[in-house]
Parts: sequence; structure tokens; C-alpha cells
Amino acid sequence: MSRKLLIVFSVVIAIGMLATACSGAQTEVPATASTGEEVAPAVETVEVIKTVVVEVPAAGEAQPPEIIQAAGYGETLQAILNRGKVVCGVHTELLGFGYLDENGRNIGFDIDLCRAIAAAVLGDPEAIEAVPITAADRGPVLQTGEVDVVTRNMTWTSKRDAEWGNFTWITFYDGQGFLVRADSGVTSLEEMDGATVCVTTGTTTERNLATAFGDAGLTYEAVTFEETSAVYGAYEEGRCDVATSDKSQLAAVRAGFQNPDDHLILDITISKEPLTPAVPTGDAQWLDIVKTVMWGLINAEEYGITSANVEEMKSSENADIRTLLGVEGESDWGYGTLGLEADSLAQAIAAVGNYGEIYDRYFGTEGIAFTLDRGLNNLWTNGGLIYAPPIK
Amino acid sequence: MTSTSDGVGPPSPPGAMEWIRKNLFSNWYNSLLTILGATVVYFTLINIITWVFNTADWRPVTVAPLLYLVGQYPREELWRAGISLLMVTFLVGMSWGVWKRYVRAFAIFMGILLGILAVFPLETTTITLPIRAFMLINPFLIYLGYRIGRLQSVHGRHVATLWLITLLLIPLVILPGFENSSLLPKVPTTVWGGLLITLLLSVGGIVLSFPIGVLLALGRRSSLPVVKLFSIFFIEVVRGVPLVTILFMFSIILALFLPSESRIDRVIRALMGTVVFSAAYTAENVRGGLQAIPPGQVEAAKAMGLKNFHITILIVLPQALRLVIPTIVGQFISLFKDTTLVYIVGINDLLGIGNAVLNLNPEFVRLQMEVYLFIAVIFWVFSYFMSYASLQLEKALGVGER
Repeated sequence: MSRKLLIVFSVVIAIGMLATACSGAQTEVPATASTGEEVAPAVETVEVIKTVVVEVPAAGEAQPPEIIQAAGYGETLQAILNRGKVVCGVHTELLGFGYLDENGRNIGFDIDLCRAIAAAVLGDPEAIEAVPITAADRGPVLQTGEVDVVTRNMTWTSKRDAEWGNFTWITFYDGQGFLVRADSGVTSLEEMDGATVCVTTGTTTERNLATAFGDAGLTYEAVTFEETSAVYGAYEEGRCDVATSDKSQLAAVRAGFQNPDDHLILDITISKEPLTPAVPTGDAQWLDIVKTVMWGLINAEEYGITSANVEEMKSSENADIRTLLGVEGESDWGYGTLGLEADSLAQAIAAVGNYGEIYDRYFGTEGIAFTLDRGLNNLWTNGGLIYAPPIK
Repeated sequence: MTSTSDGVGPPSPPGAMEWIRKNLFSNWYNSLLTILGATVVYFTLINIITWVFNTADWRPVTVAPLLYLVGQYPREELWRAGISLLMVTFLVGMSWGVWKRYVRAFAIFMGILLGILAVFPLETTTITLPIRAFMLINPFLIYLGYRIGRLQSVHGRHVATLWLITLLLIPLVILPGFENSSLLPKVPTTVWGGLLITLLLSVGGIVLSFPIGVLLALGRRSSLPVVKLFSIFFIEVVRGVPLVTILFMFSIILALFLPSESRIDRVIRALMGTVVFSAAYTAENVRGGLQAIPPGQVEAAKAMGLKNFHITILIVLPQALRLVIPTIVGQFISLFKDTTLVYIVGINDLLGIGNAVLNLNPEFVRLQMEVYLFIAVIFWVFSYFMSYASLQLEKALGVGER
């Protein structure tokens, strides 16, 4: 009898405990697990309360009309300075953008952007912690603030900006293109009418392909694969006339073919893939720092400042150049407010070079990854889209 | 075959020709099958051999052996991985000396392999002379360990204790290091990779999940309802979901729940996932063993006045665990292979490093066959020695010979 009662009681207690646990979880963290949409507001609420308590008296004591900053402002920079490292979410297996060299060192276009940030903030391009993240991880690491910045070949979209974090400045204009055999003579979308196209299944790539052909009133036969590698394998074996993917990827694959010159990447671009570093929401200062570093790299190319001539350029005739490089006596480009040193941008440029140098290092004609025409990634002065606010 | 026994003694074993005739060409259709089979085998082998030695491009494997071994572990701190290897090889040698045949094959193989690796000609600058010299120490250290292990005064429990210390020391002290330490500077787990992380995750998963699994199995048979319900709930929930789901749970969802100050390391999160998963399966395997113990033994022990704790520790568990060795080892082998799944939560294990190597330069992008085959061989070697050791253990304990 008592045994039975004991069992009944324990079941009741267990259910009760479960119920409290569930309800407790609901009140404390409202649906944090589901999507990023709900996470950001929850975090913000907490932070606003904190502002009122901490910041207002501080502002009262300090110099006259200092702007009241939202809580979280400056926290990232402080954490980085304490830690001595910038934590970047990166790719480790994307040739050209984020990959490894034979010694296991992180290299690539995206990695250099991370190093530029580290050089600007800490004065040391090696002071990075490159956390390898997967495509599925990109949202969560931003939402949780596990990394300071994601430099991992990430397309800026409105939804990601709303849900994941704050995107900084477009550093690479990618887009879906087509790879064809040079002897096929194809140069335009119309000439591909009725072609067999190799494409990965279930991706936006497949959808973009359908839209592009549908809008032009053309037909095609899709040969779909789960694996990206299978797409190019099939293309190389001649099972399809055309392979489609992001142009940077096509260029990487083309470089790997036995005779790269037998294959052409067409000039057509059927999607917009603006690759952009992103930071977690909530620290406007850090967002500005990352943006300014990107602007610095782009402006440096405009002015012709390279990693080699940073020092000479400090005595340039051009006052704007001297400002950018933080020469003593020149005006503040914002470093005071951003909590950086005057020569932060000079440090970044000296470490990794200007935008064009980074691009050429990996994708130029002598690039160590593969060769990709700059196209849209030319400076605005050269007919491209790379443009940044002035540093002054 | 050449020995001829005239008249006396048992008949000599059949000669090769006789054996072939008896087994392969006994009648016309067997002869036909033999010829057909031999043709297929011949061409397959020829093709494989031509592929391996001519067609295949092994540069992705030979160009960066260190990547496969330790991933991105900083090369200037490589000596720490080296010291860890030395400790392990020495202990493997000692284990060989103490436990003889269970580890003999593995120890000899390991010695030979490391010896070959030390002198293997590679067209790479990443393997320097000091590294080769370091590798060459290992076979001798195994032999030294073997001699020490054979000494009368060295017992199994000493070696086991040393293993325990080493297994704690390597992943907790030597490899991660400390903040602000000049001798052992901190190396974040984000740069650990390759075989190193695969072995750490599997050994860690096996060592940690086993006791938890045994406890869960005992809990499931417990007469305490709360313990029993919890065990059943845990086991059934974990066994009801795929490992990928659990890894995602621990890697992403857990991070979203926890405040950013109390962040758990990525590798630890993945390890937690594998331990939880493996513990549930171990529990069910062990429960099978527990149920095979006749209840009469427990009753007899009770009649002798033994306490429940002693009955479990001294009578039930030793027999139950002996019974389930094959299944447990089978499960550990599958856990070892399952660790490749951590690749999808952003940890560069052996498979992840393989993918990274494929992107090392454009010429490697299409060489997946070579890289994946190489990784498969590594996994096979480890799995094979695990099952070999378990077979020896079964023989020694006489499982299934009652």
C-alpha cells in the first residue's frame, strides 16, 4: 500500500517539477530558442533598464553635454582590450575567402579584414581568434555575441540584418554567374536556351536560376546535386553545358580544372550577393569601429596608400591622407569617440594593405587563391561599386 | 607441404595444388565461377592499384601532414602536442608490457607507423628535421615502456593510474595552457583540430560516458521511483533523437540560453553532446548485461548479509560488464566514428581538416577521393585495433565460454 502511494506521490512530484521548470523557462526567456526575431528585443529590454541606472548619474558628473549612450556602448571594445584579441567568426574551408595554409594559419580575404580590425584596435594583426563557424552558426554566434565580428562570406539581406546582427559595410560584391566551356561559344543568357544546367538543389542558387530563365522566357534542363563538389564534377564530365553558382566560387573551381582556359565565366550576373562583415546588435561604437576600418581600407586605395608606403604617405601633401593616417596635428577622424588611436587606420593598412591589395593578394592575376576580375569590386572611380564615406 | 610422412602419423596437410583443385575447381561450374571471380578480382585490383599509384594525386595528403594531425594548433607550440604524444606512446609501451597481448599488436603497429612517418619522404617544408627526430623517439619510447612494464614491480593498476593522470593532464593542462603563462601560453580550443580533436572527443566521450551509462543502467533498475523515472526519461529521450540534433542542441541552443558571461567552450559543448548521447546507449547495453544475471545470485548475496551497494559492485556489475564487452566496444567504435559529426557544429576534426585541405589551393578542390580515402583508412586503423583489443579481452575473460 505505502509503496504504491510512494510511486503515485513521486509521479505527482515529478510532473509538478516539470511543470514549474517549464513555466519558469517560459517567463524567464520568452521563446529564446525559436528564432532570432525574438531574441534581440529581449536583450534590448534588459539593456535599456541598465542605462537608466548606470549612465545618467555618470553623465551628470562628466563634462557638459555628453551624449547619453545606450548600455552596451563601448562594451565590445573594452572586452577586446581586456582580452587582447578580436574574436572573428570565420570560414576555414572556402578557398580565397577563409581557408588555411599548409601551416594551419588562417588566410583569405575575409581573414585579412579581421586582421585589419585587430591591427586597428590592438595594433597587432595577429591578435585574432578565428572561430570556425558553419553556415548554420552565423546567426546564433551574432545573436549570442560569441564572436565580435563575423567575417565569413556572408550575404547581407534585410532579414539577416533584422534578426541576426548589424551589418557593417559591403566588402565584396558577389553574384550568381555561369560557367561554360570556352568552345561552346556561349556569351549571353539567350544563347543558353535549352541548355542543361548543373546546380545544387534546394538553394537560392536554384531559385535564382529558375527566375532568370523564366523572366527571359527561356527553357533549361536542371541537373541538380546535393553536394557543391558534385556539381562541378558533373560539369567537368560533360553531363551539363553550364554550371551555375556564385562567381567567386566558379572562379575557384575554374582555377582547379586541368585547363582553366577551356572554361569561361560569363559576364551575366543573376543575383545580388553583397558580402558584408557583421557585428552583434547592441554596441553602436563597435559597429562604427568596424565600419570605419572598412572605410579606411577603401579610402586608402583611393589615395594610393599601400602597406609599403604608409610611412612616406604620412608626410604627404594631401591633408586628407595625413588625416586618415592620423598624423599628429591633423584633425580627428572620429578616433576619439571610437576609442581608437589616431594612427589606428595606418596600423590596419600597414598590416594588411589597402582594399585593392587585399583583393589582389587572393584574387588578383598573381593571387594565391585564384584569379577573379574585379568587376563590381572595382573602386567607384574605376567603374565599380566599392565606395566609402570619406575619412575626415 | 613438403614434409612427407611415410605410413605413420596423421595424413599430411594437402598440397597447394590439391587444395586449389578441391576448393576452386571441383567441378565444371565451380571452375567457371572461379575463373569469372578471379577475372573480376584481377581487374578490380589492377584498377585500384593503378589508381592508387598512378592516377591519384596524393599531394593533398602529403603536403600538410601536420594539419591532419593537430589542425591549426600553433606551430610554435607544437612541442606540447609532441610531449603529449611521447607520454601516450610511453604508456602504450607500458601497457604492452603489463597487459601483453591486448595491446601488443597496437603497440607494435604504432611504433612501426611512427617510425615510418619519421623517415617518410615528403615534398613539404612543414615537416622539419626536429619534428622527424621527435617522431623517431616514439618507437624507442614504446620499447622502453615495454621493458619497464614487464618489470615484476609494475602492476596493471600503476599503469592505469598513469593513464588516468595523462588523460587528465593532456587535455586540461598541456594542450590548453594558461593565461599569462610564458611556458604554457593559452591555446584556445578553436585552433585544435585534426586527429588530435577526433581522439580527444572520442576518448573523452568514451571515458566520461561509460560511468554515466552504468549509473543510468543501475538507475533504470532502481527501486527508487524518482531515480528510475529520471533514468528512463533520460535514456528514452536521448535515444529517440539523432546525434546531429543533440550536437545542435548543445552547440547552438545552449549558447542562446546561457548568458554571454557563462559561455561554455565549443569543444566542451560538443563533448557534452557526445557524452550524453553515448551514455544513453551504454546504459541500455549495460542493462542487457544486468538482466542476464540470475536473480538467485542477488538473493543469495542478500542472504549472506551483503549490503545493496556491495551486491552491485562485487557481484552484479563485474559479471554484467563482462557480458556486454562486445556490445560496449562496438558502441565505442561507432562513437569514435560519430565524432566526425562535430564537423557540422564548426569543429575542425579530421573530416573538417580534410575539407580544409581540399581548399588549400585550387588544384586540390577536386581531389576529394584521395582525401576522404585517406581519412577512411585512419578511421579504419583505429576502429580495427579497438575491436581487436576487445576480442583479446573477451578471450581472456572467457565471455561466452561457460
